[in-house]
Amino acid sequence: MHSYIDFMSVGAAVGGLRVGDMLVQLIFFLILLALLKKFAWGPVMNMMEKRENYVANEIDAAEKSRAEAEKAAKDAADQLNNVRQEAQKIIEDAKTAGVRQEQDIIESARAEAERIKEQAQADIQNEKEQAIQALQAQVASLSVLVASKVIEKEINEQDQAEFINDYIKEVGEER
Amino acid sequence: MDHTAPIVEDVFGISWLDFNLANVFMIAVISTLVFIVCVWASRNLQMKPTGKQNVMEWAIEFVRGIISDTMDWKTGKQFLPLGLTLALYILFSNVAGLVTVVTIGDDLWWKSPTADATLTLTLSTMVVVLTHYYGIKLRGTKHYLKTYVSPVPLMLPFKIIEEFTNTLTLGLRLFGNLYAGEILLSLLIGLTATGFATGIGSGILSFVLSAVPTLAWMGFKLFIGAIQVYVFVMLTMVYMSHKVSVEDH
Repeated sequence: MHSYIDFMSVGAAVGGLRVGDMLVQLIFFLILLALLKKFAWGPVMNMMEKRENYVANEIDAAEKSRAEAEKAAKDAADQLNNVRQEAQKIIEDAKTAGVRQEQDIIESARAEAERIKEQAQADIQNEKEQAIQALQAQVASLSVLVASKVIEKEINEQDQAEFINDYIKEVGEER
Repeated sequence: MDHTAPIVEDVFGISWLDFNLANVFMIAVISTLVFIVCVWASRNLQMKPTGKQNVMEWAIEFVRGIISDTMDWKTGKQFLPLGLTLALYILFSNVAGLVTVVTIGDDLWWKSPTADATLTLTLSTMVVVLTHYYGIKLRGTKHYLKTYVSPVPLMLPFKIIEEFTNTLTLGLRLFGNLYAGEILLSLLIGLTATGFATGIGSGILSFVLSAVPTLAWMGFKLFIGAIQVYVFVMLTMVYMSHKVSVEDH
């Protein structure tokens, strides 16, 4: 066997089926496989799997938050629209309220004026009647005075009454 | 030029137990190297990979790609450590022989373990035995036996022969590529050595003449080494998928 290997060896040994080498190769490889599986491939693969899960979760979360943000933006826009409409309504209400109040004020002012005017007219009427009465009383006394004066001039009763009436008429026309 | 190997015969008085100490040494060295490098590279694992972790993850993705090409990933997941360890062990072995060759006395001590047919055939036998094991384990004995007579019972002898040819070609392909590379490399280096043996002038001339082809061949050998890693792992997974896949092949 030795000579055969010598013959074939050109830079690398060849030939001969050495069972020892085979056993050594097999055992070493299996040990290497077991050790690497435990200390190298296992941890690295776990980490890769962890990262894969992490990335998938992150993508899911991003998708979810994007949907949420979209919904929130839509809500905000809707709300803004509502608020705008409400404000418009309030302004219009205020306008109509203002117009109505204006009319009310005018109405009440007009009524008040009317009332005052009527009051004044009533007062005037009153005063006038009082004045007339006062005047009549004065005229009566005045007429007595005149009558006494006329009597002094010897005027009969008929003339006296005529005279008084004329006088009163005159006084009434003068006024 | 002709190196011998440090062979120990009949260890413990057992007539069939022979060791090539150089092989034993190189297997131990390569295994230790692969182990140290991988464990070193997979320390301090981070969510955001950097540097060496990226390399490890690239290797895993690479082998995962090979497995996904040949079989369902759910089935193939368990073969990932096997494929990765095979790939790295063979890659380191191939490169080891490329970097340097060490001889002590006449004995060749440092070389590619994969340039030895015994070792590559051991690996390929292990792979084929594993395919049978997983074929039975994952698909049941009945399905396993059925693969031999499908699609027609006429295929039975071919299928049985195929198992042996698979083993042989898988191992010998790797061995042949690496061994041929080492032969050519040692011939090119030997050219310089012979030149110097004749005289200084012819030595320098032959050095200049052989330097460029040597460099080119080393580059090509690196390429071959990497390709053979890919081929070996790929074929391992193909054979595996023949045994474990649901579809009958």
